[in-house]
Amino acid sequence: MLRYITSRLLVAAAMVLLATLIVFLIANTVPGDPVLTQLGDVAANNPAIVEAYRHKWGLDLPIWDRYWIFLRGLAHGDLGLSISSQRPVIDDIAQYAPATVELSTVAFLLSLIFGLPLGVLAAMKRDSWIDHLARAVSLIGVSSPTFWLAFIMLAVFYGWLGWAPGPGQIGADQFPPPDVTGFMLIDAPLAGQWDTFWDAIAHLALPAIVLAASTMGLITRTTRAAMLEALSQDYIRVARAKGLLRRAIMLGHALPNALLPVITLGGLAYAQLLTGTVLTETIFSWPGLGRYTFQSAVFLDFPAIMGVTLVVAVVYVFVNLLVDVSYAMLDPRVMRR
Amino acid sequence: MPGDADPLLDVRDLRTWFFTDAGVVRAVDGVSFTLSRGETLGIVGESGSGKSVAAKSIMNLLEEPARIVAGSIRFRGREITALPEEELRDIRGAEIAMVFQDPMTSLNPVLRISRQLVETMTAHRRFTAPAARTRAASLLGRMGIAAPERVLDAWPHQFSGGMRQRVMLAMGFANEPSLILADEPTTALDVTIQAQILDLLRALNADLGTAVILISHDLGVIATICSRVLVMYAGEVVEEGRPQDLLSDPRHPYTWALLHAAPRLDEAVAGDRRLATIEGQPPDARAWPEGCRFRARCPFAIEACARHPALLAVDAGRLARCWVTQAGARLASPQPRAATAAARPAAAPSPLLHVQGLVKHYELPRENFLEPRRVLRAVEGVDIDVFAGETVGLVGESGSGKSTLARLVMRLEEPTAGRIVFDGQDISHATQAAIRPLRRRIQMIFQDPYASLNPRMTVGEILAGPLRLHALADTAAEARTRVGALLDLVGLPPAAAARFPHEFSGGQRQRISIARALAVEPDFVVGDEPISALDVNIQAQIINLMIGLQERLRLTYLFIAHDLAVVRHISDRIVVLYLGRVMETAKSAELFRRPLHPYTASLISAVPTLDAARARSRIVLAGEIPSAIDPPSGCPFRTRCPAAAPRCAAEMPPLAELAPGHRVACHFPGSVAAADRDRSRRSEVSA
Ligand SMILES: Nc1ncnc2c1ncn2[C@@H]1O[C@H](COP(=O)(O)OP(=O)(O)OP(=O)(O)O)[C@@H](O)[C@H]1O
Ligand code: SF4
Ligand code: SF4
Ligand SMILES: [Mg+2]
Repeated sequence: MLRYITSRLLVAAAMVLLATLIVFLIANTVPGDPVLTQLGDVAANNPAIVEAYRHKWGLDLPIWDRYWIFLRGLAHGDLGLSISSQRPVIDDIAQYAPATVELSTVAFLLSLIFGLPLGVLAAMKRDSWIDHLARAVSLIGVSSPTFWLAFIMLAVFYGWLGWAPGPGQIGADQFPPPDVTGFMLIDAPLAGQWDTFWDAIAHLALPAIVLAASTMGLITRTTRAAMLEALSQDYIRVARAKGLLRRAIMLGHALPNALLPVITLGGLAYAQLLTGTVLTETIFSWPGLGRYTFQSAVFLDFPAIMGVTLVVAVVYVFVNLLVDVSYAMLDPRVMRR
Repeated sequence: MPGDADPLLDVRDLRTWFFTDAGVVRAVDGVSFTLSRGETLGIVGESGSGKSVAAKSIMNLLEEPARIVAGSIRFRGREITALPEEELRDIRGAEIAMVFQDPMTSLNPVLRISRQLVETMTAHRRFTAPAARTRAASLLGRMGIAAPERVLDAWPHQFSGGMRQRVMLAMGFANEPSLILADEPTTALDVTIQAQILDLLRALNADLGTAVILISHDLGVIATICSRVLVMYAGEVVEEGRPQDLLSDPRHPYTWALLHAAPRLDEAVAGDRRLATIEGQPPDARAWPEGCRFRARCPFAIEACARHPALLAVDAGRLARCWVTQAGARLASPQPRAATAAARPAAAPSPLLHVQGLVKHYELPRENFLEPRRVLRAVEGVDIDVFAGETVGLVGESGSGKSTLARLVMRLEEPTAGRIVFDGQDISHATQAAIRPLRRRIQMIFQDPYASLNPRMTVGEILAGPLRLHALADTAAEARTRVGALLDLVGLPPAAAARFPHEFSGGQRQRISIARALAVEPDFVVGDEPISALDVNIQAQIINLMIGLQERLRLTYLFIAHDLAVVRHISDRIVVLYLGRVMETAKSAELFRRPLHPYTASLISAVPTLDAARARSRIVLAGEIPSAIDPPSGCPFRTRCPAAAPRCAAEMPPLAELAPGHRVACHFPGSVAAADRDRSRRSEVSA
């Protein structure tokens, strides 16, 4: 097992390195001159200013030198200065990432907590009302566009029924707790601000549900299909012939096998949630990485774009690593291949 | 409480039907039998005759859309068909246990062996978990697994097929049931492992007094264990009796046909090698014919057969469902056909295929980058000559390298070393372009005809493809004519050209793939287990077809099969492989009369037989074929050889010619003699 994890870690490290290269190359070859965007027309027409600007940001060096500098900086956690905010990109990311992680994690947990049991029940009681419900729910979840769902939810639960608070992470009457971890749901209780905590949860509910909808649909659908597949296997017949209880057959024999494809899908879905929040964050004014990415892209803020993209890449590699390892823990055949 | 005189199991007129969208499938439709305590009963019959459904009905293990629509199953005085699910669960696995056909898929791949064994015992509350664990280890030991405590926590994929079947048997016997149902428990295993498992089953029956119902399509397998046998056809029992009676004097024409369609090791192969077959296919289970269900195929049918016969006594302890034998008639053996005048042409002086020192190593992917690469030695220095017009049989357990050798000869893969010369042309390392002209002359038939036929093409398109590819038919009309002729050659109607592969039965699909191989007029055909997946009667039809085609088209065959009787029947010469090396090669008759290599002798002796004397003196080969990644030093067979001596570990024995055409790779040839050696000598003398 340890060997397996080591070799997976090595692969992961190689992937991250490759990601830095790709990120760097893409960022340095996209059309659009940051000098123009940043300096404005007048200054951009003055060669001396342009030259000084390019020199200041290292834009005049050969590309491999720039990559090397970039890598060396990375090793020290230096992602460069954001051109638009004039702050270290790493600080920007540290500021915005927790809100996104909080939102996506809650959304992911929601979709697991509801999707898994629903899929299992649907397969156990095939063609019953619960199966039809599960199929309807997953169809709606998978096929509703996020922005549409977001507007509908806001309109109904905030605008019309008034059950949910409006956009934002906490209400205007709340003070943000002192920053310890950056996560609202952790920092608020730490500071004893329980009001803030509950308010944050209320604010989180709508965007999390919106984000969770399609993931939950996918998880329900995959779980159901994987359970049905497992239930058709010979070892299930053997388990029945042993005289096991139905529950033991379902949860003890079929589920561990059915979880394997769900893990693969879940990992991918979580990574997508973490990195695909742009629309939802914009609609719900959520102070997360998604909005930051959007703004950096508009301003062609190269260091910020590179930083965010790199974070995305690392997230994918890391989630993949988690998937591989948990897969190996559930499926003993993996390590012997 | 039922007295001891009551039968353990009493099945009366059982009918289990499947209510499918396409109609009611009457899978089991009139099965009656009784079984006493400790008795052994066999069930034979071709695929689809309802054996498995009958077995599942006994435990009421049926799934939608199956339902027991009529009949009764009394087990120890209790009516199974009327029991609620909870009481059935108490019986399943505790009083009646079942062992299934495929040990590779019968164990849950993500649960440890120990867990799967222990839950069997704890589910019936007879054992606490720790006690069950201790018992699990002792059961595994009883089933012949070495170091059971150590392997208890292994995963299923770490076990070979034979070991998994031992685990399944351990599970079956865990709660000391009074009845065990074994549904083709050895069909997926090598003949050597099959012999081990059957021995084990017989010993368990003798020691524990557990009654056994053994399902198989092989009468030989059943005869080694069972004292009584049921023959099933079209959902009903057509004959019942002692195996030896059925074998020597069948009283139902279907049993008669089964018997004569299967080649036997103890028969003489002389003259015409064609086997007796019956035409047609079993009837559709959705609409059994009126009258005798076997009538359409029965060579003995009379007028009375238009009415449905009952299963009645035809002799002491014998029942048959046939008007003719019930009236006292006997079923005469078919007369062997006289040898066809056009005997086989004398072998040409130079071989059509010459294989020398052939080696194929596979580099396995590393387990991870921290490990060295491993090499699997699939073929390790093989010499074979095949002369035009002859049939060479290739035998050996799975993992001995048979299929790799076939793929190398076909040049579907490139050898690591050695030479392959086809008709004077060295093709060992020829490019695919250089081989293309030869492709037409060398063709292959695979085991699974369904997987090798494109499901989206009609049979006509499948057959016309190679014709076009090799420019054997210029126009569409010409191709159509050729396709018609090909179908006729393999015994299919011309209308078959317009249909798709899934519309055909297994035997018909194998005919189609033979037709496809023959489309390009090859002279060399490699068959990799071409009949292994087929029922006995269809096997016989395909064997007959191959023999007929060989005579008409002067084909040369390289024939791979694990059924020794079939290989012996069809081959002129036989090559025995073990761990990628040739152990012995000789003329077919010579090899079976006088096997000189201990491996050959053991293989032959492992074939299930009806001959009691031979069964007693059988050599049951211990253990399993070692991994080709780490083969033993010296003689590869030494780890299992009953005659192994220190010299065998030190020196690899060379393949030496001990008699003309009889080569053996053994330091002590002839040291292990099969019991039937003496017997065949005797029959030789009397002949
Ligand atoms: N799930 C099912 N739905 C419909 N028909 C079925 C189903 N399972 C089996 N049958 C039919 O029941 C009949 C008997 O099948 P069964 O499996 O008992 O045959 P068998 O004698 O065990 O054959 P084999 O030697 O291939 O195992 C066949 O006609 C088969 O097509
Ligand atoms: S009853 Fe008639 S058709 Fe049926 S098996 Fe006997 S002889 Fe053949
Ligand atoms: S060489 Fe030795 S080990 Fe090998 S088969 Fe002969 S006697 Fe057995
Ligand atoms: Mg079956």
